[in-house]
Amino acid sequence: MEKRLFVRGNEAVCLGAIEAGCRHYFGYPITPQNDIPEFMSRELPRIDGVFIQAESEIAAINMVMGAAATGNRAMTSSSSPGISLKMEAISFMACMELPCLIVNISRSGPGLGGIDASQGDYFQAVKAGGHGGYHILVLAPSSIQEMYDLTMLAFDLSEIYRIPAMILGDAVVGQMKEPLIPHPRPDTELPEKTWALRGKGDGEQRIIKSLYLGDGELEAQNWKLHSKYQALKDNETRWEEFETATASLLVTAFGSAARIAKTAVMMAREEGLKVGLLRPITLFPFPAEAYAAATQQCKKVLDIELNTGQMLEDVKLSVTRDTDVFFYGRPSGTGSLPTPEELLEQIRRHCS
Amino acid sequence: MQQVFKRPLSLKDVQTHFCPGCHHGTVHRMVAKALDEYDLQKRTIGVASIGCSVFLYSYFDIDVIESPHGRAPAVATGVKRAKPDSFVFTYQGDGDLAAIGTGEIIHAANRGENISVIFVNNTTYGMTGGQMAPTTLLGQRTSTSPYGRSLENEGAPIRVTELLTNLEGVSFAARVAVNNAKNLMDAKKQIKKAFRYQVEKKGFSFVEVLAACPTNWGMTPIKANERVGTELSDYFKLGVFKNVANL
Repeated sequence: MEKRLFVRGNEAVCLGAIEAGCRHYFGYPITPQNDIPEFMSRELPRIDGVFIQAESEIAAINMVMGAAATGNRAMTSSSSPGISLKMEAISFMACMELPCLIVNISRSGPGLGGIDASQGDYFQAVKAGGHGGYHILVLAPSSIQEMYDLTMLAFDLSEIYRIPAMILGDAVVGQMKEPLIPHPRPDTELPEKTWALRGKGDGEQRIIKSLYLGDGELEAQNWKLHSKYQALKDNETRWEEFETATASLLVTAFGSAARIAKTAVMMAREEGLKVGLLRPITLFPFPAEAYAAATQQCKKVLDIELNTGQMLEDVKLSVTRDTDVFFYGRPSGTGSLPTPEELLEQIRRHCS
Repeated sequence: MQQVFKRPLSLKDVQTHFCPGCHHGTVHRMVAKALDEYDLQKRTIGVASIGCSVFLYSYFDIDVIESPHGRAPAVATGVKRAKPDSFVFTYQGDGDLAAIGTGEIIHAANRGENISVIFVNNTTYGMTGGQMAPTTLLGQRTSTSPYGRSLENEGAPIRVTELLTNLEGVSFAARVAVNNAKNLMDAKKQIKKAFRYQVEKKGFSFVEVLAACPTNWGMTPIKANERVGTELSDYFKLGVFKNVANL
């Protein structure tokens, strides 16, 4: 029988990162992601890795920048207010084209908000949280297995496309325990890191920078980044479809909300309602073509989010023109997590 | 004929963008010379900061990463921890290191990171046009202290070397100036010593260099050079403040 572990999502991220060869973690305490630095502080020294609890979220992400610049896999983790503090450096790394992993076990906001499961950071993650207009790869796990699998995938894609990657989770997928089947890191072909700093040796000087002052240089760099985003859209969108082929109402949700929505969809199916679920796994690149395809036949979409409507904008841009898009949101706070019954009620309303 | 003076190997054969009388070029040369003397060029990763110092990679023939404003010691920490066999130094100005980057320099120093920091203190934000820095002297007029820095409004200038000397993690700390032949000789010596600390894995080393910014001080290069030896050196005392291994 295959080996099974019973672990929290936050631990699954750590196990995935270590299996993926990450030996450099830099972080700062913030709830609800503390299991990650605690796990890494215990495990990394045992395998000759580096763990530093930095003086600030800002220092932590800049340490990631330095370690990543040497071509090593490096990561940080935090939660929403901490991720806000890291945004300047993430913008730098987007321009520098440095691979790395940022884990956001997000909490409710704005401001200090609360520590409940929330999807209030969708805009920040997907639409360039920092300055300058850029994208990073954003993956949204909805199970503990995916916390493990997508962490490994994030490191690989981050290196292939030379782009920072983010795991966008929350307290549900971070702190809940589920069985995890660990498996070896996939044997992905990775490009040689001809850009990594190593001391010039007998070769040419290498520079990692984001300042471009020469005529046309910065414009060229922006178009280069843009073409990378296009390549990600073309090649790396991932999503899950459940009962969509025969659906007359398409429910869509990501991450923790998609777990509850899936239960509600199953309950609705038992009642004979023709409902399906489309769950984006990559939030950037957004699986726009999946929505376009699904709404060729199904003309009603119900978007469910733990916020007041953020992914909703991307859903509306992706569906066919004559599709009606409805929204049900619960911006999080204590007692705000919707129940499957509550979502089932919403599904019934739109099926009648 | 014997060549007695030449460009250090670690410096490129290019003209700098620095203003007439600016000391950055002088300090660049000293850093390059120290790299050469320990044969470090091939395994050095320099960390550039924000300000006039950002163009480190244009003048040094070494691998370089640019860091966000003030964060060079954190970036250098990441580089050194991930690649311990590399030689890592930051080159930062007073706005970068002593204002926005206060947290990063104190904690990198306190952890005793095995890196070297060159801190160029010219008492002003040079690249942005001469605004007040944490090291701007009392009474000094800048574009954001047009009536002169006052104790009441801005507080006294920060003496960073003294501050860092108190931290257990700091192995070597010195303040030098590059305004005359004697000071130049000493500056060269202390920068070299700071690098030796890292080469011998003896912990965090720090050299503050008092330097002139004639353009933003509104002075001729000669007057600015004199000010380094008088006003600056009066407030920021020169000397070796810490040398734990007696190198």
